[in-house]
Amino acid sequence: MKKNKRPDAAAITSSLIRKSIQRRFAIFLLPTFVCFCIGFLWPFIQGIYLSLHSFTTTSDTAWAGFDNYVKAFNDAGFRQAFFYTALVAVVSLVLINVLAFFVAFALTRSIRGSNLFRGVFFVPNLIGGIVLGYIWKTIIDSVLPVSMSIQANYGFWGLIVVLCWQQVGYMMIIYIAGLQAVPEDMLEAARIDGANGPRTLWHIILPNVMPSITICTFLSLTNGFKLYDQNMVLTNGAPVRRGIGQTEMLALNIAKTFSTANQRGVAQAKAVLFFILVTALALIQLRATRRKEVQQ
Amino acid sequence: MTQQALKTKGSPTPREKQTSGKIILTVLFAIISLIWMMPIIIVLYNSFKENGFVNSEVFALPNKESYVGFSNYINGMTFGNYPFYYSAGYSVYITIVSTALILFCTSMAAWYISRVNDLFSRVVYYLCVFSMVVPFQMVMFTLANTAREVHLDTPWTIPVIYLGFGAGLAVFMFVGFVKSIPIDIEEAAAIDGCTPIRTFFSVVFPMMKPTLISVGVLEIMWVWNDYLLPYLVLDQTKYKTIPIHIQYLQGSYGRVDLGATMALIMLSLLPIIIFYLACQKHIIKGVAAGAVKG
Repeated sequence: MKKNKRPDAAAITSSLIRKSIQRRFAIFLLPTFVCFCIGFLWPFIQGIYLSLHSFTTTSDTAWAGFDNYVKAFNDAGFRQAFFYTALVAVVSLVLINVLAFFVAFALTRSIRGSNLFRGVFFVPNLIGGIVLGYIWKTIIDSVLPVSMSIQANYGFWGLIVVLCWQQVGYMMIIYIAGLQAVPEDMLEAARIDGANGPRTLWHIILPNVMPSITICTFLSLTNGFKLYDQNMVLTNGAPVRRGIGQTEMLALNIAKTFSTANQRGVAQAKAVLFFILVTALALIQLRATRRKEVQQ
Repeated sequence: MTQQALKTKGSPTPREKQTSGKIILTVLFAIISLIWMMPIIIVLYNSFKENGFVNSEVFALPNKESYVGFSNYINGMTFGNYPFYYSAGYSVYITIVSTALILFCTSMAAWYISRVNDLFSRVVYYLCVFSMVVPFQMVMFTLANTAREVHLDTPWTIPVIYLGFGAGLAVFMFVGFVKSIPIDIEEAAAIDGCTPIRTFFSVVFPMMKPTLISVGVLEIMWVWNDYLLPYLVLDQTKYKTIPIHIQYLQGSYGRVDLGATMALIMLSLLPIIIFYLACQKHIIKGVAAGAVKG
């Protein structure tokens, strides 16, 4: 068996090249790897380690087992933040995707100035959360009778408006790519068979853009869950009722818990739970997109 | 023939109907686009209004009474205890150096990973993919601590942190691209006597151009707009970036100079808008490429 499998000349050269690249490990991979360890790997491992300890600085840690996790689960503010985050994520997901889909649908009808309109819709996506938040805070607070940080439902809808404005253009781009990939002959066939507009949309176009819908749904969902900047700028969790920020989302809740020195262990435990939640969402997304790819 | 005759009867022809429908749609979108831009337009004209008028009548255009010309911009520059041009300078420096560093280092790393493909590089690759899902809150405390311990907590060294935390997406995108290019060209270069370094820089790197642009755009947008990472890593009293500066103006003053804030928001939008107008296609393509990362 071994004798028959003599490596040919090409294999020898490519393995030689491989070796010669491998010898330059210190130049090619090492710098990135070292930075990756400083900027991600070590903080991540240390984060898991610290979530099982009580500490104020990283040098005075005491083993606490799952105490921090129990405290995190018993924290009413954290639970409220979870449900509020889920609500924001789901409401913004629906609105963003419905709006983005119809904008994309209309803009692929080869209307005049379509490219200009696409460009305009995309602009808010380039603006960072802090600046974006302040632009809207100035406008919203001057329209409303009371500030968003006094009325929790104003804060909620304010945040939804900001998220829609920011993300519709982005999702629109993905939907446009999906819509342009719908096979022309299928549309032609539907037209010949006498299908009207809504039926073509429902039976031909929607099934064909399903992959884009999956991507956009999960993107807006994870964006909603990870949201921090806009939440901090618009209301910073206010109004506070019985010690619980009514508009505080998970990321903000974790950051605020870190700022109390004797709560850092709990904050780190919350962060680990948050990480597990976001990872779970990402894994479900991966499976969903994989399945769609197989079907296609 | 008969079908056409039937259709033309009474109602306008489908083509006429279609064009008039399209005109309505165009007009509708022109109006929606204008509304979509309104927040930015409002900030623009408010930046020329006197402080008191910004709060009381946001929607009113500047008039004789409220118009102050560029004085908001001039005041904004030095408003507060920290001059704005410092923050702008740090933001520009950090964004450019971080992006350059990320592009340079991760493209090399990605080539090594996909060409050598031994156990270690596969582990690094999967760790990079993994790091893309991890939310920043997971590492925010420990990362700030680590940065302080290894003395990387200055604007001059923060690009190293950006490289570390942002390596995941960049490595992932570059590896995806390197896998798609044929190895033959590199082999030919190696047989002709190129060292790996020369092969990389004169053969592989130029071929990576589309991915370099996509990753570059994504990193620029990320670093420029990032708030929490520099906020935690840098010493706030000495160093600020634009997002930190704007947050600080709002947060720490009882009486905020809204006119100056509007001017500073406009100044921070300006580079983005110029960047966008200059390379709109690349930006949309690059940002959309990042979407598929999952």
